[in-house]
Amino acid sequence: MVDTRVQLSGIWLDNPIIPASGTFGYGQEFAQLYDINCLGSFSFKGTTLQPRFGNPTPRIAEAPAGMLNAVGLQNPGAQQVIERELPRLKQIFHKPVMANISGFSVEDYVRACALFDREEQVGWLEVNVSCPNVHGGGMSFGTSPASAAEVTRAVKAVTHKPVYIKLSPNVTDIAAIASACEQAGADGISLINTLLAMRIDLKTRRPVLANGTGGLSGPAILPVAVRMVYQVYQAVSIPIIGMGGVSSAEDVLELMLAGATAVEVGAANLADPFACPKIIDGLPAAMQRLGIRDIKEIIGGAHHG
Amino acid sequence: MKQGVYTLTHSRELARDVRELQLMGDTSPLTAPGQFVNIRLDGCFLRRPISVCCWQPGSLTLIVKAAGRGTQALVQLKPGAQLDLLCGLGNGFDLTCRPARPLLLGGGLGAAPLYGLARALLAQGGAPTVVLGFGGRADVFYEQEFRALGVPVQIATLDGSAGVRGTALDALPKNAPYDLFYACGPLPMLKAACQTLPTPGFVSLEERMGCGFGACMGCSCQTTAGSKRVCKEGPVFAKGELVW
Repeated sequence: MVDTRVQLSGIWLDNPIIPASGTFGYGQEFAQLYDINCLGSFSFKGTTLQPRFGNPTPRIAEAPAGMLNAVGLQNPGAQQVIERELPRLKQIFHKPVMANISGFSVEDYVRACALFDREEQVGWLEVNVSCPNVHGGGMSFGTSPASAAEVTRAVKAVTHKPVYIKLSPNVTDIAAIASACEQAGADGISLINTLLAMRIDLKTRRPVLANGTGGLSGPAILPVAVRMVYQVYQAVSIPIIGMGGVSSAEDVLELMLAGATAVEVGAANLADPFACPKIIDGLPAAMQRLGIRDIKEIIGGAHHG
Repeated sequence: MKQGVYTLTHSRELARDVRELQLMGDTSPLTAPGQFVNIRLDGCFLRRPISVCCWQPGSLTLIVKAAGRGTQALVQLKPGAQLDLLCGLGNGFDLTCRPARPLLLGGGLGAAPLYGLARALLAQGGAPTVVLGFGGRADVFYEQEFRALGVPVQIATLDGSAGVRGTALDALPKNAPYDLFYACGPLPMLKAACQTLPTPGFVSLEERMGCGFGACMGCSCQTTAGSKRVCKEGPVFAKGELVW
């Protein structure tokens, strides 16, 4: 028997697998396909204070070993999520969920986080300072240590729930930004969001995405995620949720060796709706094959010796 | 929606770059013409959404035009190939209004789902008229298949090499009153249909999709009732619902 349980800020997860925000909606679509209670948790669709339609289409493009998206934080707004989505979720998911919050000003983040602070089913707040697809907010907060720390400090002041800051890989020194968040009171760090990218249509000679740029995700970015989780692990002592291109149990173990306590699975859910249950089913066998009895023991294992 | 493995049984050329693929597998997730499947292909990360032309228990027909890497791979598949499909995606055409004289407007590959729709409308006692628009003569497909159903068919081509010169909208039969239209094809054609045809109607939209089952919000469109997902609430929308 192997032990796949991990702990994020005092809350135990049956396994470290968490579908990533933006690839899992508010749980309903996947609940029609499998019992989503097999998951460690999931991070719901990036939610803002006000409803948003997002960017014009096309918002999706293929990439070698991955995809680009420029959805632009489409969501029904915090109030609708609380009034409509969370009660529906409670019927189908009996574990704490991760509330992914985005904003366009510090005040936006504070007000949205304060609303979700009161929601029983929310276990953690995952504060997204790294969306590459919106202007005047999102990623701009996550590209300097000072502004990431400012959002962290402001959000921490209005919630008792653990706060994970979701960081952008589109920076020169992610360790410095993670450290600034830790010093500002963050309970953990989530990384990486998507990499800023572009495709151009050869026939129209224009960018494929209406937004021009989009965020690259999928297997192509796994090595970037491993490197950045490794660097952040050296810089902070709070837990790390690693993500970026994960599509197998082996990828999960690799990110955990780099320093992740739990692992989010994003784009893989879109290409294969059963990606997460397959990874969860495959985890014990992969652990046994590699001589891992307790998955917690390998967190940061690549840094030792 | 169900995920399943399907076997390609036949592939035949219909027109320039266009092939008809017959797949064997579970068709139980299909409930209405106009639904689509999302196909996993080696070498592509995202699945490729393809509308279902028609189906019978255990077998379904797709019509594919080689346009990009994914569809190129699809048209090159040989019988016996195994394909991983998400089947029965989206809501198809609304048949509950039981139109007596429906008009079916297809542009290019948009003709494909109209074939299954024509059969379903005939089966419930309607008398459809079909108008199909293509680029040129070499692009025309399924004219005979539609005629074999016993329905009137008009053809239009942009270069005038077959039928009426122009789009499907330029080939509307003059003396054939219709009480409802169904359209599938390029966006400008759908927009023109919604803005110029006097009757109620339904149009099927196409969009680049991430997942095809409502999770990623990649294919959203604006409607009079807020944003909707082409893959989940669509791909078919009522004429009055769309914001152009």
